[in-house]
Amino acid sequence: MSCANIQVSETPLVLYTLRRADDALILGHRLSEWCGHAPMLEEDMALSNIALDLIGQARELYSYAAKVEGKDNDEDKFAYLRDVRQYRNLLLVEQPNGDFAQTLVRQFFYSAFADLYWRAMMSSRDTTLAAIAAKSEKESAYHLRHASEWIIRLGDGTDESHRRAQGAIDHLWAFTGEMFSVDDGERALIQAGIAIDPASLRARWLTTLSDVAGEATLELPRNEWMQQGGRFGRHSEHLGHLLSELQSMQRTFPGLTW
Amino acid sequence: MVSVLERDSELRQRAWNAAASVVDPEIPVLTIADLGVLREVALDGDDVEVAITPTYSGCPAMNMIALEIELALERAGFRRPKVRTVLSPAWTTDWISEEGRCKLRACGIAPPQPSNSRRAVFGEQAVACPQCGSDKTELLSEFGSTPCKALWRCKACREPFDYFKCH
Repeated sequence: MSCANIQVSETPLVLYTLRRADDALILGHRLSEWCGHAPMLEEDMALSNIALDLIGQARELYSYAAKVEGKDNDEDKFAYLRDVRQYRNLLLVEQPNGDFAQTLVRQFFYSAFADLYWRAMMSSRDTTLAAIAAKSEKESAYHLRHASEWIIRLGDGTDESHRRAQGAIDHLWAFTGEMFSVDDGERALIQAGIAIDPASLRARWLTTLSDVAGEATLELPRNEWMQQGGRFGRHSEHLGHLLSELQSMQRTFPGLTW
Repeated sequence: MVSVLERDSELRQRAWNAAASVVDPEIPVLTIADLGVLREVALDGDDVEVAITPTYSGCPAMNMIALEIELALERAGFRRPKVRTVLSPAWTTDWISEEGRCKLRACGIAPPQPSNSRRAVFGEQAVACPQCGSDKTELLSEFGSTPCKALWRCKACREPFDYFKCH
């Protein structure tokens, strides 16, 4: 019996896969926090459905990371037995739900990126990653449409909803740069045709954002300073609180099964 | 006297029939064969391995379906059946059989439209009401009671209904 953190051999491909898996798990967990609290029943179902999709994507990616690593780890150990600094997700996805506008702006920034990313990854030379991408891309298309509709409704809605949506955009903007940066290990995987170069997606991502923001009468910030750290395990204070809830059962009763 | 080949083919058919009888726990009018989730049944001696493909990544019904397949095969006399998940090619609603579509309509769920173009995912959709057949319908919520369904309403008969979204 032990609830110590697992050790992970972070070869470039394991690390690459874990980063994508952590994004999906943490954002999925955040959305699940809305279950039973959303402003209306349809939205409660929508956010829970999107959470399910994301957690499903995370499971497939974690299982693949475990297979590539070839040690004793599995999807559950990756999720439940790594500490904050072992998590590799974007700072964006761990940001608190805030109000409804903040949740939807976070979702919009991420989904606009994920939709392009999965579509590109469908032609990865790694057949498992390509297969996971082909499934995820169908889901992210729905997620993006859902978020875009809400951004327009909030931005072009009342003074209050406009103010909150613009505030969320201004607040979360500095967390978007991290989506487009890569380190040397990832650069090598990109050159090998396995990973996707996110920089090649940035122009299209910005077009999606400005199209929707334009219709929503919202403005995208001009500041270019971006916060970094999540990909290397340097997180905001919020992730620890999130993990304390996500991991509480396994930390309290190690090895517990249903 | 039956040859080994015939015996294998009969065994394989028996295994397929057992696996194909499993229903989706959330839409129990559909079998996993109707859904196109059942991909392959392979025999190696007396061991049987079934390949299934998930509908949506996070669909909670998949675990239940895998368990039900194992149970169905054991009841049919196969020992230690295995269930394997295949991701590629990715499942699409186009794999739902014609019979499956009729069953969906009969229980009040509008079947998915063909997804031969991405326009079906992004563009205007015209979904016929499974109750009265009218095409004067409107989308209430893109996300419905399960990951695979959206919530619609018929403006002719005023009935809300589930639509199995195209994927």
